[in-house]
Order: sequence, then structure tokens, then C-alpha cells
Amino acid sequence: MPGAPRTFLVNAIILKHMDYGEADRIVTIFSVERGKLRAIARGVRKIRSRKAGHLEPFMHARLFLSQGREWPIITQAQTTDSFDGLRNDLVKIGHASYVVELLERFSSEDGDNPALFHLLLETLNRLEDSEDLFQPTQYFELHMLDLQGFKPELIKCVRCSGVIQPADQFFSAELGGILCPKCGPLVSLSQSVSLEALKYLRHYQRSTYTEAKRAIINDKTRDEMGRLSRYYITFLLERRLNSPDFIKMVDHLRSLPTDQ
Amino acid sequence: MDWVTWAYKPFCMPSLPEPLQNLVESFERLPGIGPKTAARLAFFLFNAPEPVARNLVESLQSVKQDLGFCSACFNITLATNPLCEICSDESRNSTSLCIVEEPLDVLALERTNAYHGLYHVLHGVLSPIDGIGPDDLKIQPLLERMRIGKIKEVILATNPSMEGDATALFLQQQLLTFGIKITRLARGLPVGSDLEYADQNTLSRALSGRQEMTG
Repeated sequence: MPGAPRTFLVNAIILKHMDYGEADRIVTIFSVERGKLRAIARGVRKIRSRKAGHLEPFMHARLFLSQGREWPIITQAQTTDSFDGLRNDLVKIGHASYVVELLERFSSEDGDNPALFHLLLETLNRLEDSEDLFQPTQYFELHMLDLQGFKPELIKCVRCSGVIQPADQFFSAELGGILCPKCGPLVSLSQSVSLEALKYLRHYQRSTYTEAKRAIINDKTRDEMGRLSRYYITFLLERRLNSPDFIKMVDHLRSLPTDQ
Repeated sequence: MDWVTWAYKPFCMPSLPEPLQNLVESFERLPGIGPKTAARLAFFLFNAPEPVARNLVESLQSVKQDLGFCSACFNITLATNPLCEICSDESRNSTSLCIVEEPLDVLALERTNAYHGLYHVLHGVLSPIDGIGPDDLKIQPLLERMRIGKIKEVILATNPSMEGDATALFLQQQLLTFGIKITRLARGLPVGSDLEYADQNTLSRALSGRQEMTG
């Protein structure tokens, strides 16, 4: 690659890693400068590695890379924020994994997306600090879809373009948005949406996080909002996500009585 | 030769004789081995004296035929013995149980000669992103083992990584009901390392786990 720098510095969040060879790891990162990329970290599974502690999932770090033959090689790493609060709580691990899995699946290794990086960083911060994990997760889902070009249409009917009236509606993942009560039954696999869920989905979609989290949403509507976004996301990805099962398992565990 | 093979023949790499090609392909399936290394290994074996190749064949067969998992701790053992050497050793402390990710971790801990209790091998760690849940690990047999009631202390020795921590947190929740002592391996600085290069996480844990110097 003539002209391309042999070494470069990135401000990145570690998404996941995979063991490779004797003591190496292939690390998937999301950086401000180059978007998603995979890099190799040599010798990080050895106990004396100076980089291992900076390359765990969810960590925000500055990485120095050199262009290798197949993958860039991580030569130096320095943690900016280790998100310790996320790591010490199973529920938070589940939600952070979900956010990271979503971003990993929806992004490709073809260029930078600073807005998406900042959304991820802010979401990890919010998950670490907040008790209510629904708010940061739901906000991330809707805004990530927007940034990646899959923003669901929630204002007009995607079939007849009619303005949505204040009543229960339908949602079609295939058409990418809301359907009015007339068009809804005509589209196969459309799901019904309550007015309440639609109202809050719109609110989350167009507000800042500070405004969005002010809304007090009951559990039933939260479930519906989560189910609807999950349905839309699964349709777009054409496969199931792994982390929702983990979140469900942890929630189930928490609901069990402590003395068996 | 069918017509497709014939048509593409000039563009294909010159092929190896079939037995050698099969060996190269078998090596390529091993983790961390690419086509070049696979070819190098195959040619080494082709040129090596016969006993070298025969030993390899016998070792491979023996690994698949003669080994199994210990019915108590799931460490690797001879298929003829239901219990591994550690579980059948009566001189070991049977009230202490160390939980590790892989059989190789048992070896590492045994080399320290500092632990004389029993082990339980999970054969993996929880990984929400990769979809590895408790049912994919040997957690149910662990809980059954705990219900017998002999274990008084459990040492969670999963790796100090996000997945290892998640597994330890999950096991802690599961084991709380047994009212036993639950400990986690300490985290700190490796022997002979440099403070300057330690990450904040390790260094802060090393500080909080500091020990008083006595004597």
C-alpha cells in the first residue's frame, strides 16, 4: 500500500476478542479514526503481557498499531476508561454485550463513523452509571439504526404515506416502519403496536438522551418497545442475536427466591 | 477428469499426490495452522524416518481411544478410570474445590504445588456475545456435586477476563445458597513485572489487595 502510513494511533473501544495461535488474540475494535477493524495482539494471553489489561471487551483505550501483512498489529495500548462498573454486574455485562453485539453486527470494516463511536461510548458510560438499563439500551438501538441508515419510519404510514393518527397501529419490519390501521392488516407479518409504545418510540427517536430518559414508561410498554425493536433488528440482520438470551437468563435468575 | 477440472486446470496450482494433499488438508484444520505451515509439516513427515510418523499415528489414535473425562471433575483422564488421579487421591483435601475453565488450568495450578484440594473443570466460560450460556458448561454437574454437601470452600479460578469475571459472578450467585466460603483468585502484579506498564485495573486491584509485611 504505497503512501499509507505504516503505523497509526486510534482512539477505540474493544468490542470482542478471539484467541489465536499460541498466545495471541484477534481483537475487534471500533475506533473514531477508522471505524470497525480487526487487529492482532501478539502474546496477550501470557501473564507478563503489558497490553492484555488494556484489551478487554468494553474498554476504551488508545491503541498504537502497525500495519501487518494480514491484520494491523497492536503494538501499544493505554486504557482511557476501563468501565469497571460494567464488569462487576452480570446484568450490566449482559446489556453492554448486547450493545456491542448490535454495533458489531451492524457495522462493516469500511471506514470511520465518529458519531456511532460517540454513541457507543456514551451508551457504555450510561450503562455503567445508571440503574435503569432499559433507557440507555433503547436509546442506543434507535439511534444506532438511524446512524446506520435503518431508521424506522414512525411518523407516516409506510404504505399509504398518510399521517399516523393517535390510535393503535401496526409495524412492518419488511417495509421499515409504521402502518396505519387500514394498511396494517393488508401487509403480511405486520405486528400490532399500541399508541403508548409508538409515542415513546418516537420520543426516543427524536430526543436527546436527557429528554428521553425523563419519560416515565410503565413495564408493559417497555416490554412492547423492546420486543418491537428486537423484531425489527432480527429482521434486518436475518439472524438471532446472542446476548438477549443471556439477559433473559440473568433476569430469570434474579427473579428466583434467594433461599432454595 | 470431468470437463470443469479440465477447463480450469491451467489456472490451478500444481496439485500434490493425493495422500500428501490429504495430510496437508488435515493439518490445515488444526487451529493456528495455515496452508504453508500445513504443507511444511506434511513434507517433514514424508521425509522423516518411519518411527516418527508411526509414533504420531499411535499417539493420535490413543488420544481419541484411551482418554475420557473424569465423572466427578471433568478433567481429562484415562477412559478405563471413571475418576481422574486427583479425584481418586484420598490424601487430597476433599472439602476444597477449585473451579477452572480448562483442563490445562488444572496443570498450571498443580505445578504451583500450593493447592491440595479438588478441581472442577467447566470446559469454557460464559460469553454473552458468542451465545455461550450456563447450559453449554459443566455447571449443572457442579451444582449436583455441591448438593452432596462435602465441599466447604469454593475457589473461583476462572481467567481474569470479562468472560471469566462474568462466569465467576454467575457461579457466585448459584453457590450462595449452599452457605459455603466462596473465594476468587487474587489479582495483581506478576512476579518480575514493571509497575510502569501495569494497567490501571490491575494496579488498583493490587493496591486494594495489598498485604501487610510482618516479621
